[in-house]
Amino acid sequence: MQKLNKNFLAIGAGFVFLVMAVLPWIINDEYMLELVIIFLINVLMATSYRLVTTTGDWSFCHMILVGSGAYATGLISKELGISVWLSIPLAAGVAALVGRAFIYPLLRTVGFGFFIASFAVGEFVRLVWIKFQIPFGGTRGMIGIEPPVLGNIIFYFATPYYLMTLVLVAVSLIAMYRLEKSPIGNVWKSVYEDPELAESVGIDVAKARTQAFTIGSFFAGLAGALLAHRNGSIDPSVFDINAMVLLVIWVVVGGSHTIWGPILGVIAMTLIAEFSRPLLEWRPLIYGSILIITLLFMPDGLEGLIERVSRLFARGKQQVTPKES
Amino acid sequence: MDWPTFIQTIANSIVASSIYASIAVGLALCFGVMQMANFAHGEFFMLGAYVVFVLNAMLGLPYPFVVLLAALFVGFVGLVVEQTIFKRTRGNVLAGFMATAGLGMILQVIVGQLWGFALMKTIPTPYPETVSILGAQIGVQRLLIVPGAILSVGLLWYFLHHSRIGKGLRACAQDQEAAALQGISVVRMGALAMVLAGMLAGFAGALMAPVHAVTPYMGHAVVLTAFIVVVVGGMASVEGAIVASILFGFVHTFAATIFDSVVASMIGVVVMIVVLVAKPKGLMGRAKA
Repeated sequence: MQKLNKNFLAIGAGFVFLVMAVLPWIINDEYMLELVIIFLINVLMATSYRLVTTTGDWSFCHMILVGSGAYATGLISKELGISVWLSIPLAAGVAALVGRAFIYPLLRTVGFGFFIASFAVGEFVRLVWIKFQIPFGGTRGMIGIEPPVLGNIIFYFATPYYLMTLVLVAVSLIAMYRLEKSPIGNVWKSVYEDPELAESVGIDVAKARTQAFTIGSFFAGLAGALLAHRNGSIDPSVFDINAMVLLVIWVVVGGSHTIWGPILGVIAMTLIAEFSRPLLEWRPLIYGSILIITLLFMPDGLEGLIERVSRLFARGKQQVTPKES
Repeated sequence: MDWPTFIQTIANSIVASSIYASIAVGLALCFGVMQMANFAHGEFFMLGAYVVFVLNAMLGLPYPFVVLLAALFVGFVGLVVEQTIFKRTRGNVLAGFMATAGLGMILQVIVGQLWGFALMKTIPTPYPETVSILGAQIGVQRLLIVPGAILSVGLLWYFLHHSRIGKGLRACAQDQEAAALQGISVVRMGALAMVLAGMLAGFAGALMAPVHAVTPYMGHAVVLTAFIVVVVGGMASVEGAIVASILFGFVHTFAATIFDSVVASMIGVVVMIVVLVAKPKGLMGRAKA
């Protein structure tokens, strides 16, 4: 994928954006539009999760950061009465702060230890939501989170909410993409590839990991805020381990080498979720099988599969050096 | 807290520590020997309980015999998982972990489809009596878990320290390359570790079945706590896992008695964070070069 021409990519992305911008008038179906809104929010969750993993820190608490954004915007807009237009960015900031607090003890761990420890600190926050009826509403969570209003446009309706989500997600994706291509992104990548080597050339590994985690948390919080104002209600079970496993499945199935991987993963799993609707009881089995098959037979995900197929067509060109996992 | 409650809580703490230990030790062993992080370990525990449910509660086979069968059966499942999943994800801990997470989901659905999802299975307690220790009433079946866990973990410890193969396992855990150079088959040791871990989990599940809610999801809650215990103990250390199990068993049970189970889980996380900040390698983790 990275071999694609840069201009071609920009034009392609712009075209997709334009098509999606007029989508409400093409499909004209509330249910479909609702699905696409959730899809866009999921894309933001998956890509922000992947951003954190660029330093090699696979966390297991990303949904908690999404939830932090959701609870934050709920509390700020409902309890403090602050405009939703302000509470959404504030909520993303709160999630970034929560992420910043998480990463402090987590920096002590790497690899698998990081994964489990991040689950534990995330679970702590989820238990706080369950434990404190005031202000979090306990196990029943929070209801009546109002959608934003702009003049006489009420964002309760799918079309305006869809357009708002589309713009915010597109801006976030561009920001994450640019960040990854910037010197900061290169530092993150070097930390992933060889932390000791990175350290020996003067890179502050702890700082890089903190940056990636905090920025990823910010976008996770944004996704959570968008989710909260769309659904109107949230509760701790929305952000539990099952949701986290689903997030991992998106990124694993899609691939995590580029920002396109998680997007592919969300597309694939959304389609599978829709088609497996009659088999609700069997769904974990289907997801589990997909996860195992992906990990065992295509460890680079759909992204890697596409790359392999496109290499078949471009045969005769130079051999690409095999990547190490 | 009055005296009988205190004694009762101590007894419950010991029971909880035993359960944590018999589950966490298997995880630590697999992680130490071959860097295998088995998320389906909780489902192994669940399978052990279901073997008791099917053979004892439904078919009426004698309980001690069924417990033994459960350990053997789940040990065999461990071998199959090692051969199919961990062999292919070697060198990538997270891939193995996620693939076994997928396996856990599959096992839950299969068991649920066969014997029902929501209904809690009741298994007749083979030892319904209670004994009175220093004024506290404790069910014999719950009390049996303690010698059961000590026996199984003790046997494992003896095996690891006093048999040739066990020493080979520990050698692998210390340094795989050096162990391979001594002629130890690292691949076989990985399979053996999974069999042993499976047997321990199956045994624990079978012992717990009469006093625990038997559902397809019973392993889910257990395994994450067990992983936290293993991280606190130092990831690859069997001894560390035992010490951390006792620590968590007491902290969790006392906190749950004084406050409630939510607070107890929160205190557990705080303990983990304190240990990680103070000793990043865990309680008994070896500093690796």
